[in-house]
Amino acid sequence: MRYFSLILLSFFLFSCQENTQIEQSENMEETMDDLSIYQLPSEWNTQDGQTIEFKDLKGKPLVVVMIYTACRTACPRLVADMRMIEERVSSKKMKDVQYVMVSIDPINDTPEKLKQFAKDNQMEGPEWLFLQGTEDGVRDFANIMAVKYKQINPIDFSHSNIISVFDRQGVMKYQKEGLGLVNEEIVNKIVAVAKN
Amino acid sequence: MRKLILLMAGFFLISNASAQNNQMALIEGGNYTPLYGVGEQSETAVGDFYLDKLPVTYADFQEFVRNHSKWQKSNVTKLFADSRYLSNWENDLKAPANLMDKPVTMVSWFAAKAYCECQGKRLPTVDEWEYAAMASTSKRDSRSDSLYNVSILRSYEQPKTYMKTVGNSEANYWGVQDMHGMVWEWTQDFNSIILTGESRNNGNTDAGLFCAAGAIGAKDMMNYAAFMRFAMRSSLKANFSLTTLGFRCAKDAGPQNQLTFK
Repeated sequence: MRYFSLILLSFFLFSCQENTQIEQSENMEETMDDLSIYQLPSEWNTQDGQTIEFKDLKGKPLVVVMIYTACRTACPRLVADMRMIEERVSSKKMKDVQYVMVSIDPINDTPEKLKQFAKDNQMEGPEWLFLQGTEDGVRDFANIMAVKYKQINPIDFSHSNIISVFDRQGVMKYQKEGLGLVNEEIVNKIVAVAKN
Repeated sequence: MRKLILLMAGFFLISNASAQNNQMALIEGGNYTPLYGVGEQSETAVGDFYLDKLPVTYADFQEFVRNHSKWQKSNVTKLFADSRYLSNWENDLKAPANLMDKPVTMVSWFAAKAYCECQGKRLPTVDEWEYAAMASTSKRDSRSDSLYNVSILRSYEQPKTYMKTVGNSEANYWGVQDMHGMVWEWTQDFNSIILTGESRNNGNTDAGLFCAAGAIGAKDMMNYAAFMRFAMRSSLKANFSLTTLGFRCAKDAGPQNQLTFK
């Protein structure tokens, strides 16, 4: 039911409401970079059941990856990569970086499932954010990051393993594709972004 | 609460239902085998849907941007469209006069999607597009017809087909025109085509976007044509605005479909 209303809501948001859209973009113009993901109108549920938009994350550097919780192959490694990155970055005294795991399976990955997943993977601190969107919102977001994904059966998706780094204005600064590629490069990029 | 939502949804459906059905063809669903099947299950079911008979033209798109200023070329959000977006237009409101009846191109996925949503429609999925495109003038599925296949490949060899006028080719079995031999077309889930992790490393010229070398292993001529489309899709990003890439819209064929979520 909650999901249903979300879909309806997104339907309204994306449909032709020319005037409200324009007002919005005018308000944002002074403060928002034209390449910022904060312009995405979609709404997301967090693992704690809150509803947010990307612009609510404004001001924090973001490290974003797309996963789904039923995944047994690549995602555990992506998650491990993210945890290692987080460890290395925070060891350099960069504390306000937000690590965002966006589910590509919004039907199954409810806030409750995401919460459990966070718990199972010891990612319960405030630096970890798990997001459930709508199918439409997820596709838009994946397309911003050029992440490919396809549902291959009711449980599994194949998807590209890409870690994206956004600066405090929500502009993408760096992407790393592939697994097990935690190295100084991505850590240094995040630190550089976080220093600005 | 639930009733209210259903009522609102119903209202939406009714208001959309009247939308230009004469400009859309009903495609009866069925099973088809996509070029890149999913696991062991090779057939995919496609439900009934409506598809625009013609690609969206410059005239259509001009009307759209006149009513939706945020999609005019000087206003568009760069996140949603690269610098080539509508770059051949005279100004925000005016498409090139000689192109009005040609398929609109240099339009990003986000813009194409917004256009369709404003018509109460959506972009077709890859499966829907491929399903409708396998029909010749007389048959629903002409993929085994070698002459049909050769004619598609020939059409891919012609230069500047995006300068053709829409609606002059023969309609296919469903009454749909210009799916082949005019422009590549955006699909809703183009980003579900995963051929290689390297696609993002290709050059960013239009010509650099598809690489036929990957067709090794394609079994027949039809696969080759389909391969070119899949390779092209896999190399796209949603903000790309290319001279050879246009779109048309689709719509679910029964309100009951719009209310069920998988």
